[in-house]
Amino acid sequence: MPLFEAVLLALQTIRTQKLKSFFTMLGVCIGVTFLIAVVSIVEGMSQYMENDLVGKLIAVNTFEVRSRPNFTPGNTSEETWREYQRRPRIMEQDIAPIVAALPAEALWAPMSSDGNIAATTLTGRPKAVQAYNTTRTYFEIKKMGVTSGRVFSPQEDATGSLVVVIGKDVKDHFFENVDPIGRELRLGNLPYTVIGVAESQGSAFGQSFDKFIVAPFSSPLRRLTNRQRGVVDAVMVKSPTEAIMNASMADVGEVMRSVRKLRPGQKDNFVLETSSSALSFFAKIKQYMLLAGVVLPAIGLIVGAIVIMNIMLVAVAERTREIGVRKSLGARRRDIMAQFLVESTTLSIFGAGIGVALGAALAKIIAAVSPLPASVALWSVIVAVLVGAGVGIIAGVYPASRASRLDPVVALRSE
Amino acid sequence: MSTQPAPEALTVTAERRVVAAAEGVAPEKDWIIVTRGITRQYEMGGEIVRALRGVDLAVRRNEYVAIMGPSGSGKSTLMNLIGCLDTPSSGEYWLNGKQVSTMTDDALAHVRNKEIGFVFQTFNLLPRASALQNVELPLVYAGVSSGERKKRASQALERVQLAERMLHKPNELSGGQRQRVAIARALVNEPSILLADEPTGNLDSQTSEEIMRVFESLSEQGQTVIMVTHEPDIAAHARRVVVLRDGVIASDDSGEAFRSRMGQGH
Repeated sequence: MPLFEAVLLALQTIRTQKLKSFFTMLGVCIGVTFLIAVVSIVEGMSQYMENDLVGKLIAVNTFEVRSRPNFTPGNTSEETWREYQRRPRIMEQDIAPIVAALPAEALWAPMSSDGNIAATTLTGRPKAVQAYNTTRTYFEIKKMGVTSGRVFSPQEDATGSLVVVIGKDVKDHFFENVDPIGRELRLGNLPYTVIGVAESQGSAFGQSFDKFIVAPFSSPLRRLTNRQRGVVDAVMVKSPTEAIMNASMADVGEVMRSVRKLRPGQKDNFVLETSSSALSFFAKIKQYMLLAGVVLPAIGLIVGAIVIMNIMLVAVAERTREIGVRKSLGARRRDIMAQFLVESTTLSIFGAGIGVALGAALAKIIAAVSPLPASVALWSVIVAVLVGAGVGIIAGVYPASRASRLDPVVALRSE
Repeated sequence: MSTQPAPEALTVTAERRVVAAAEGVAPEKDWIIVTRGITRQYEMGGEIVRALRGVDLAVRRNEYVAIMGPSGSGKSTLMNLIGCLDTPSSGEYWLNGKQVSTMTDDALAHVRNKEIGFVFQTFNLLPRASALQNVELPLVYAGVSSGERKKRASQALERVQLAERMLHKPNELSGGQRQRVAIARALVNEPSILLADEPTGNLDSQTSEEIMRVFESLSEQGQTVIMVTHEPDIAAHARRVVVLRDGVIASDDSGEAFRSRMGQGH
């Protein structure tokens, strides 16, 4: 019997026994639903991490010279932390040799930052903001534009003027219905003039990226972002291409080792962090999540396979006479085998298909009601359907071979 | 490979020999069924049941044969063997010039598909399929394309006067109509033999007569018909009646002889 007709026959059988078929495919359906949902959320998070979160925190083709990583995996040991703590900080005097090693087309900016700086106005409630001390090049590196006002002028950079560019949340908090440009924002008891409002940077996991202010690198805010004199949190370097970035990283690494007077064989006591190195910590988390996302549905699928096998055994018993009739009309063993295999596989793929739809819907619902993003990956859909087919075939082999080996005389006599 | 034995060489019952002599020696290709000493035994609850103890039967093309006998006489076993649903424990069975007693399962399936058209007592239609789909089944296993199948199946249904009920499910048909669907299914692949097992067993007498008329007209059109029954009235429709008793052929009469004997008995 051609495959197409076997599938039609199977669909007909499924249609005439809707409820039974539904329960049969439930296990596979649930397994696939969770497979798709978990994979979608993990994929969504990872896409988010790659495209938005890390991309925003560390721009494309950009590396940051830091004494220790800004992004650390959750399983960093106590010992590693202590080693990080002992590392010397990046100092202002390190900037010149680093910059000397860079090609002319590279952009660079020193940066110091503190996530818990109190900002106030004379009338408004104080608000904790992420404060940055950096130069105007920072905006270029981050491709951060302003929706109103302007960024620092070279003069303001050079003199460390009391001016700030503020994020959207800061603007909404202090200057909800007024134009903030030219108004005063107090940071560390000094009045700063708002000169620009930055474009919204979006949010991740419910965390807004717009709660920041940026002041010139040598403005007095430095005393708050780095209490220790001369310390810089990071030097950001942006290259036009990835190849140039890699070359620069090698050069800067050498420069830093000579500045730090490290002997060959001694480990780096600084990091050159890129968006991909920042992502490596997420890659670990993703592995565990995917493992859970695969192992748990796998249990569902095994149960699903057992259910299908059982139901198919019942179907073979129920349809013994039908098998006898088909054999009397000329069905060979392989025809009967194919009929039941195709039936179990069709059931299973059907279940997987419903599971894909439900899983995608579940992922979308989770994405809608929680800060978790979701994105249904094509590969997970293909895997789900293949897994569905595999489960159907594995579950169907034994019942189908039993059916095919029935003696036609006995089968015709059965009630 | 040995050739089919000439039926003359067979040890047939005396009556059969008379019939064969009366009809003259037929050319070899005319013999559609030749069995030589076939036996069939099986175990049932530790006991060996000898259902057939050596049956020699030869059936010519176009014959209309009834196989009769009380229950336990082995007639169902013989029918299963003739229908290639089963293979004999010993002896030879030649069907249409091919020895089928030594064939594998799949080869037997092929023979059933091409050579045998079954009609069962309980009709054995697939309940979820329409009359047309039921009739198409043998063609499905013969590998006939879907369009051709529909055409031939509907022609077969027209032959049994069921053209208007083609799309009905078996439970929407009367007993006689169901059996006619089964006959159409049996005939659709143009088999050498129409093999009917108690075809009227589940029908009232009027419908039985109707089915018998279908068989008669098929026989007149040249179809070889073999019918297993335990009812003498039904067997009397055939042109030859073979009676089995205790696994051997007890008598082999022409239809008239059988009818006159029956008349005497009454």
